Amino acid sequence: MWEYSEKVKEHFFSPRNAGMVEGANAVGEVGSISCGDALRLTLKVDPESETILDAGFETFGCGSAIASSSALTEIVKGMTVDQALEVSNQDIADFLEGLPPEKMHCSVMGREALQAAVANYRGEQWSDDHEEGALICKCFAIDAVMIEETVRANNLKTVEDVTNYTKAGGGCTSCHEGIEEILAVVLAEQGETFESAPVAAGMTNLQRIRRIETVIESIRPQLQADHGDVELVDVDGNTIYVNMTGACSGCQMASMTLSGIQQRLMEDLGEFIKVVPAGQMAQIAKAGA
Amino acid sequence: MSGIYMDNNATTKVDPAVVEVMLPFFTEQFGNPSSMHSFGDKVGRAMKQARQQVQTLLGAEHDSEIIFTSCGTESDSTAILSALRAQPDRKEIITTVVEHPAVLTLCDYLEKDGYTVHRLAVDSKGRLDLDAYRQLLCDKVAVVSVMWANNESGTIFPVEQMAEMAHAAGVMFHTDAVQVVGKVPIDLKRTRIDMLSLSGHKLHAPKGIGVLYLRRGTRFRPLLRGGHQERGRRAGTENAASIVALGKAAELALRHMDYENTFVKAMRDRLEAGILAAVPNAFVTGDVVNRLPNTASIAFEYIEGEAILLLLNKVGIAASSGSACTSGSLEPSHVMRAMGIPYTAAHGTVRFSLSRYNTMEEVERVIAEVPPIIAQLRKLSPYWGEDGPVADPEKAFAPTYA
Repeated sequence: MWEYSEKVKEHFFSPRNAGMVEGANAVGEVGSISCGDALRLTLKVDPESETILDAGFETFGCGSAIASSSALTEIVKGMTVDQALEVSNQDIADFLEGLPPEKMHCSVMGREALQAAVANYRGEQWSDDHEEGALICKCFAIDAVMIEETVRANNLKTVEDVTNYTKAGGGCTSCHEGIEEILAVVLAEQGETFESAPVAAGMTNLQRIRRIETVIESIRPQLQADHGDVELVDVDGNTIYVNMTGACSGCQMASMTLSGIQQRLMEDLGEFIKVVPAGQMAQIAKAGA
Repeated sequence: MSGIYMDNNATTKVDPAVVEVMLPFFTEQFGNPSSMHSFGDKVGRAMKQARQQVQTLLGAEHDSEIIFTSCGTESDSTAILSALRAQPDRKEIITTVVEHPAVLTLCDYLEKDGYTVHRLAVDSKGRLDLDAYRQLLCDKVAVVSVMWANNESGTIFPVEQMAEMAHAAGVMFHTDAVQVVGKVPIDLKRTRIDMLSLSGHKLHAPKGIGVLYLRRGTRFRPLLRGGHQERGRRAGTENAASIVALGKAAELALRHMDYENTFVKAMRDRLEAGILAAVPNAFVTGDVVNRLPNTASIAFEYIEGEAILLLLNKVGIAASSGSACTSGSLEPSHVMRAMGIPYTAAHGTVRFSLSRYNTMEEVERVIAEVPPIIAQLRKLSPYWGEDGPVADPEKAFAPTYA
């Protein structure tokens, strides 16, 4: 079952301004019957002041579609037409104390109905500027069409790219398979093949050690500022031996500094790394032998 | 006011007698049935009895044909993947457009791996075209997987006949029977069905237990390999308490089979007739003369299902819907669309599925509650006028971006 807020439930169970407004001079009809949502918004606008005197809705849709329609009419009553155009779908969702991600499109439908009604009042033609696809990322409510278009427009290649551009996949990560499928399709159109990004693979030992050195070099200035220092002693597989010198030597915070270095190395190399004081080298070698 | 539960195709209440028999297997009878000591031995015996109880309900020839799994979905996946692995030269699957996602989603995935999937269409009553099916049967087909009854409309498919046809063509036959087992008599030894899936929680056993029936001699490749449990066909320590529970539930289902097909059916028929008499622009979906005795799928035109469910829930009535919004998808139920039901009705389908725990009093209360709810929502609908649909509804309201 959906987790609807109390406000959504209240507006669904006792909708405000249901039905057509009498003497309406602005009508907006939007939605998609295949998606199961459609809304007719009617407004009565005072031609002198351009104030919305009354608003009414008729909705074919689910609980949150009806609640969003009801909320919309409450929000815009008393506004001028220009003010009403400023109302965003987030405003509608906020008015309802939030909507589940799968239901955000109900608030989008509300905003579109408003734009369509204002266009109708002004004798203009309103056309929808977005297409809606299947919901992929539930954490940030990003649909397939949005991801596809962003991948095409920006020539994206990896799931990480998609997350950086759209936020999709940046939360619980369970939609990564879906994002990979979209990437595979779009890249195939462009004659490319999708490959999951290899992390810091294919480095020679020398390249890897130089990279470790670079990371450690980048940390040194901070330690030197506190009159400490660190030097790389040896690299043995995933274990990296360092010497803490200066003020760092014997400092109570040394182990925290070490784990900070370890974190930076792991992020940079994309692999598991253990940073160990060089003093433990002999001990570990003995235990290994 | 106590709630009225009419969503038994989704899941059922565990029978109190079932709870009673399973409880000792959490406490004193906790042994591993594979162990040599007496702790394990007793559990092994209880599981043997449960296997025989399921065998009896299914009319299977041997109790070794019963493999306990974790759920219906696992049984479906095991059956289909086994057929493909056991016959690597056969790259085609025959199924239907109205299967449960447990089969459809797997088939979509297999299609990406290069398998060819034939999805049989249905007519407006949800029935299959057996001539079209016959033409697809050939030695390239690894398995036919067709549900015995549809979970949404309750429509029953002629799987016994279809299994005969598959057998004659030398093709393995699997049926997802989760909605049928316990509601309709089954006698597998008299059929050519090679594999059958069932799910405990659809017949008053707990969730988390299922069965794959595997006809003796059917070539098989396990999904889970490991220990020797279930004769090496489904490794993993047995869910002993739930297996014992399913055995008891199977025994009870057999005992209530007549009741299901007389009293439960009578309640369903009364519910349907009562609602249709009071609500205009509503109709029953599926094959009315050939369906599960407990299922009523009613399409209410010009309104949306989730809204109906929320209002029903408010008065304590639990049902389900084929609307897009209840599933989080954008399309209404694939089953309703496959039957060609228009969007304005498909979104408004509500499924009432009864069980032996429902009463005629409950049915009458639902008949009284439904009409005002439908009327209330239609008042909000742009497709509805004063007391009927607006003239030419699809034209009178044609929103942008349809």
